[in-house]
Amino acid sequence: METLFGLDYQTWWFLVVGGVFSGYAILDGFDFGAGAWHLFFRKEQSRRIAMNAVGPVWDGNEVWLVIGGGALFAGFPIAYASLLSAMYTPFMLFLFFIIFRAVSIEFRGKEEMRWWRQLWDVIYSFSSIMLAFLLGVVLGNVLMGIPFDANQNYGGDALLSFLNPYSILMGLTSLSLFMSHGAIYLLLKTEGKLYDRLVVLQKYAMGAFLIAFGLTSLYTLMFVTHLSDKLMTMPATLALPILLVLSIANIPRLTHKKKFLQAFLFSSLSISFLLVLCALESYPNLLISSISPENNIDIYNAASSLKSLKIMMIIVAIGTPLVLGYTYFVYKTFSGKVKIDETSY
Amino acid sequence: MDVEILARVQFAFTIAFHYIYPPLSIGLGMMMVIFESMYVGTGKKVYETLARFWTKIFALTFGIGVATGIVMEFEFGTNWAIYSKYVGDIFGSALAAEGIFAFALESGFLGILLFGWNRVSSKVHLISTIGVFFGSMFSAVWIVVANSWQQTPAGYHIVGEGINARAEITDFWAMVFNPSSVDRITHVWLGALLAGTFLVLSVHAYYLIKGRHIEISKKAFKIALIAATILSLGQLSTGHHSAEGVAENQPAKLAAMEGHYEKSAPADMYIMGWVDQDNQEVTGIKIPGGLSFLLDYDFDAPVTGLNAFPKEDQPSQVNAIFQFYHIMVAIGMALIGLSLLACFYWWRGRLFEQKWLLIAFVFAVFLPQIGNQTGWFAAEMGRQPWVVYGLLRTSDAFSQAVSANQIWFSLIMFFFIYALLFVLFIYILNKKIQHGPYDEQDSDNRPLTKGIEEALLKEIQGQSEPKVKG
Repeated sequence: METLFGLDYQTWWFLVVGGVFSGYAILDGFDFGAGAWHLFFRKEQSRRIAMNAVGPVWDGNEVWLVIGGGALFAGFPIAYASLLSAMYTPFMLFLFFIIFRAVSIEFRGKEEMRWWRQLWDVIYSFSSIMLAFLLGVVLGNVLMGIPFDANQNYGGDALLSFLNPYSILMGLTSLSLFMSHGAIYLLLKTEGKLYDRLVVLQKYAMGAFLIAFGLTSLYTLMFVTHLSDKLMTMPATLALPILLVLSIANIPRLTHKKKFLQAFLFSSLSISFLLVLCALESYPNLLISSISPENNIDIYNAASSLKSLKIMMIIVAIGTPLVLGYTYFVYKTFSGKVKIDETSY
Repeated sequence: MDVEILARVQFAFTIAFHYIYPPLSIGLGMMMVIFESMYVGTGKKVYETLARFWTKIFALTFGIGVATGIVMEFEFGTNWAIYSKYVGDIFGSALAAEGIFAFALESGFLGILLFGWNRVSSKVHLISTIGVFFGSMFSAVWIVVANSWQQTPAGYHIVGEGINARAEITDFWAMVFNPSSVDRITHVWLGALLAGTFLVLSVHAYYLIKGRHIEISKKAFKIALIAATILSLGQLSTGHHSAEGVAENQPAKLAAMEGHYEKSAPADMYIMGWVDQDNQEVTGIKIPGGLSFLLDYDFDAPVTGLNAFPKEDQPSQVNAIFQFYHIMVAIGMALIGLSLLACFYWWRGRLFEQKWLLIAFVFAVFLPQIGNQTGWFAAEMGRQPWVVYGLLRTSDAFSQAVSANQIWFSLIMFFFIYALLFVLFIYILNKKIQHGPYDEQDSDNRPLTKGIEEALLKEIQGQSEPKVKG
């Protein structure tokens, strides 16, 4: 097996895909979270400010989804094809809400009428909530196992079976986490009464997340035992859940001290650690089959050719510093509190 | 309806709707770069006004382009799982490049383009505009490379058999520069640039007819007209090269485009016509041997016809392909004619007095749109029955795990959502056009005839100085 710095190319690409989707979760996570709070703001000016906090960056955030999906398609086309066709309904719903959210941001401010703005506010908020929820639902299904047969084909009933106790629990976990994450982001961008309100709202979201996270972890340990295999057999891996818990614990500690930039950093780290934990327990599997472990889709049987992986590593190596560079530049340009001007939404 | 037809209809519908927007974004991107460069170069406020105005329209098309584009990326996996497994190794690098180099670039700098006017220097803002434009042009490259690989596969070998057969990449650059990519990239680029150019021409022609925003519209119209003339003439060249490529690499498609059935015979070129598929006859206005001439400079040169291929390898919708192709060509010619006609009047100094010509330009905005759509329909229907030409059939490529009911659900949702989106797009676009490039306190809003406007301007300039001093 050919390796690069000690890891085989398939493992490298597993890390790349995981990295991009983590980045996506951190970025669109605060986006969806901010949107989920939208109807909690009563005043027109507050809603405008909240929307303009994500205005200049939401598109760039969404690109990470496109890159992640592309990376999955490119590196593990069999996993990409099997996952998307098996999770047809949730992915289609996800697409519809992505469209509605993009449209509501674009169209909301174009008319003055109250009913127009209220309508788009409701669509924006509902879409954001559903998107945050659906991400957890899909992850839950992937972790729990999907009925794949020996030909990587989906053998279940796809219309509603994606909704089950575990995936719903995961969905509520991701929703509350993103709402806390989004609130912290908004706290960096707002001032005055809106800021004061958000301080309180963030605490509720954090509380809800802690409960949801606790329940999900218990359920996982008790009923989805293949997800704690490595933790139980390789004690060194316990460092990860410990780091995760410490990182989550830091969030309320820092928000209490109103150190929201640091809180945001730890919120982002928590999201990363959660996904790393999922990745660690899954590795080397990508999609677990609930029919039989023989049907598991892993990084070796789902991967593109070695040549293709090597080419793409080069593309990633060149592209990543560029992307990080101008992403940093854009966030820097719009740093600080939101100022509404004639170019705002 | 069976799963294959539903999957095809859904893909056709979603991609056709999507394709209204990125070409507009690319074309408007070019116009924004031109206007903003002239502003930064000359310092004249009129160009800044144009740049800012068209940025607002651009934002609208870009947003819808992104939302409908994400659908396409996922639709490969949801509805065409077997195709995705087959081409993933090949497409992988093309799509990865598109995402990392192109999408990230345009979406990143988009924030500064739309919201950074008051936050960065005019030079930095211009760089952002250029970044967005380059990003959009570059993303067109990669998706056309991927589609061109489907038409003329290169740089690959096949591994595995039956349902597990896949294409694997053997040579990255051979894949990128496959036989048709360069011709098709340039043809798609010009089609997109024309879509944006003719939108600019249409809107400013509309203002001129209504007697509003006259001076700014005259300037914008002239700049866009120069672009339109060069681009439409260029499109003739890229179109010809593309057709030559199709003749060489996809002869069945070429035969369908002109309704040419005989195995090997001189082929006619139709100006317009109708294909009777059952009797394999075409009736219409033709240039005998015209196609032979275009391909080999010899009216008697044989061209391969549809009957040279087994029936199961022929595209089945010959008349549709014929019509779409001919509509596209007719539009290409019309764009050249319209541009040259306007240039003629400009040369004679009477361009803005020809109201009928301005009205033609108002409606001409639809021509590149229809041309782009019909061209793609001809290309993709002509590619049938293959999804990868000569290697993978469309009927073998759709997702086995998805039921007809699921596709009905998503197809109906897409139809309603996209219909709503389209109505909103037209409504908001019209609002922005009616509002115009200026804010409330401008004096350009009143309809004026040419002579009076100039006299008034002189008067205002004469009056303003004493007021300032006082």
